[in-house]
Amino acid sequence: MNPSLTIADKTFTSRLFTGTGKFGSSSLMQEALHASGTELITVALKRVDATHTQEDDLLSHLPTAHLLPNTSGVRTAREAVFAAQMAREALETHWLKLEIHPDPRYLLPDPIETLKAAEELVKLGFVVLPYIHADPVLCKRLEEVGVAAVMPLGAPIGTNKGLRTLDFLEIIIEQSTVPVVVDAGLGAPSHAAAAMELGADAVLVNTAIAVSSDPVRMAQAFKRAVEAGRMAYEAQLAQPITWAQASSPLTAFLDELS
Amino acid sequence: MFKDWFDRYAWDTVVGDIQETTPQRVEQALETSKRSLDDFKALISPAALPYLEPMAQQSRQLTQRRFGKTIQMYAPLYLSNECQNICTYCAFSLDNKIRRKTLTDEEILIEAQAIKKLGYDHVLLVTGEANQTVGVEYIQHAIRLIRPLFAHISMEVQPLDLPEYKTLITEGLHTVLVYQETYHEETYKTHHPKGKKSNFRYRLDTPDRLGKANIHKMGLGALLGLEDWRADSFFTALHLQYLQKTYWQSKYSISFPRLRPIQLTDEVHRFKSCMSDRELVQLICAYRLFNEDVELSLSTRETPRFRDHLIQLGITSMSAGSKTNPGGYAVEPESLEQFEISDERTPAQISSVIRNQGYVPVWKDWDPSFV
Repeated sequence: MNPSLTIADKTFTSRLFTGTGKFGSSSLMQEALHASGTELITVALKRVDATHTQEDDLLSHLPTAHLLPNTSGVRTAREAVFAAQMAREALETHWLKLEIHPDPRYLLPDPIETLKAAEELVKLGFVVLPYIHADPVLCKRLEEVGVAAVMPLGAPIGTNKGLRTLDFLEIIIEQSTVPVVVDAGLGAPSHAAAAMELGADAVLVNTAIAVSSDPVRMAQAFKRAVEAGRMAYEAQLAQPITWAQASSPLTAFLDELS
Repeated sequence: MFKDWFDRYAWDTVVGDIQETTPQRVEQALETSKRSLDDFKALISPAALPYLEPMAQQSRQLTQRRFGKTIQMYAPLYLSNECQNICTYCAFSLDNKIRRKTLTDEEILIEAQAIKKLGYDHVLLVTGEANQTVGVEYIQHAIRLIRPLFAHISMEVQPLDLPEYKTLITEGLHTVLVYQETYHEETYKTHHPKGKKSNFRYRLDTPDRLGKANIHKMGLGALLGLEDWRADSFFTALHLQYLQKTYWQSKYSISFPRLRPIQLTDEVHRFKSCMSDRELVQLICAYRLFNEDVELSLSTRETPRFRDHLIQLGITSMSAGSKTNPGGYAVEPESLEQFEISDERTPAQISSVIRNQGYVPVWKDWDPSFV
């Protein structure tokens, strides 16, 4: 089995994708992201200051890794397409994490606008990674319009609740022809390991690392958990035995008859 | 409309409920995870004061989970102090004999550049209510002038009609702050005896009009001190809950304008209800425990020492270096301010205070490409 992950034109050794939000300082973010070994980092267009007027400008503190601009803040497909074009210009990448959440409370993605925007952005030459609910049918529809990967949520973003959408993630992983990145809601390294054991191609973690009282150590913990989970998946996990060995077998009489 | 919710509650009953809260009820509210308006009432009651520390602990944790260790930075830009209203607590009140000033195009740009130079990318436009000089057209023009300079434009002016809000949103307005001042109808009328502002119901309906205009964010609040702050805060929370259910695509923020003595023509005016520092902390924490995702904003009305300690307790946005007089940053720094600033420190100083607490000041959290 190929240990590395390929999405569109890029190959990743690390299957832990990360974010840049919520850190208590730029230097702490830098250290934590470095410790995580991440090779793909998402950054919100709305936080990017293209004029670099602030001394702790976000971009100058990122370790060497591919940037994945996201459209957090937009509410419609039209806004997302516009923001994507701005991001492509400001960050010089045609990779895009497509996020459309018109609901500012739970930041739950809008499936209708997301599909619409994905279709258009693919036509415009973007490598599109849409953030979506764990909806297997939507994943297939997104594949059909040409997205590079799908990013279903484990739980509402920032909640640290883990794989609440487990049953649907299983179906998505089973059916998908593009990489599946479990995004949002992973609060503990064990959640990330569980997603990887399930066969997810990668996970994206931000809040659990950034808000931890020791983001650097937490980043290392997630790094190891993701590696362990992937290793276990590749080695093929032992299946739990779901039936009992009865002390008085129902079919024992067959032996006596013969 | 909110009035249908509002009319279901009697002020005196709300006051009574809050006063009669038992410690057991407070503990119940502290232990639950999804909190109701009744829980909020318990948390702002006098009975909850002994529980301030556990409230603060929870408030900090919830805020960090949702917003991270960040504080958003904004500055007000006062465009005009002309006003046709009489508000008994405001220095810009029609009957207060001060020199009136409305910024010209050139002056708006000078002020905007000065704010930019301080590091800001989010700006709040403020005016009094004077439809002849600073009507919707003036505001529209001002937004057009400064839009190329800022990532995010907020506004705190008189309540407008729905088509007017739609026009300004198209022009690039992202957020509108409109405080009810007080939800007590009679008290409201005594503090606003004249002008368009005396219409309590029109003001009460304003957030509905903003929701219908699909505004990105709106800010609510009551002037803490005009009336019983607990009851006013209950109605603010009720308003918030109604709006979030009804206009689910908009974001919300709450401000805590605590009234301070002001200089009127020949006297210093003081207010009826005085809110202690401890009570203000209680209120801020109670909002956070009630609503995990509402933004909570603290202005330079509050003292440096108080503001410094609140960074970690639930606040998500702050102003710094604010001037509350038109022209205050560069054009005419000596004119009369709308209210007294208690925290005179510069944005750079506040920024280092925030950093020293392990937080990051956020200067840009919006993009002009979002319509």
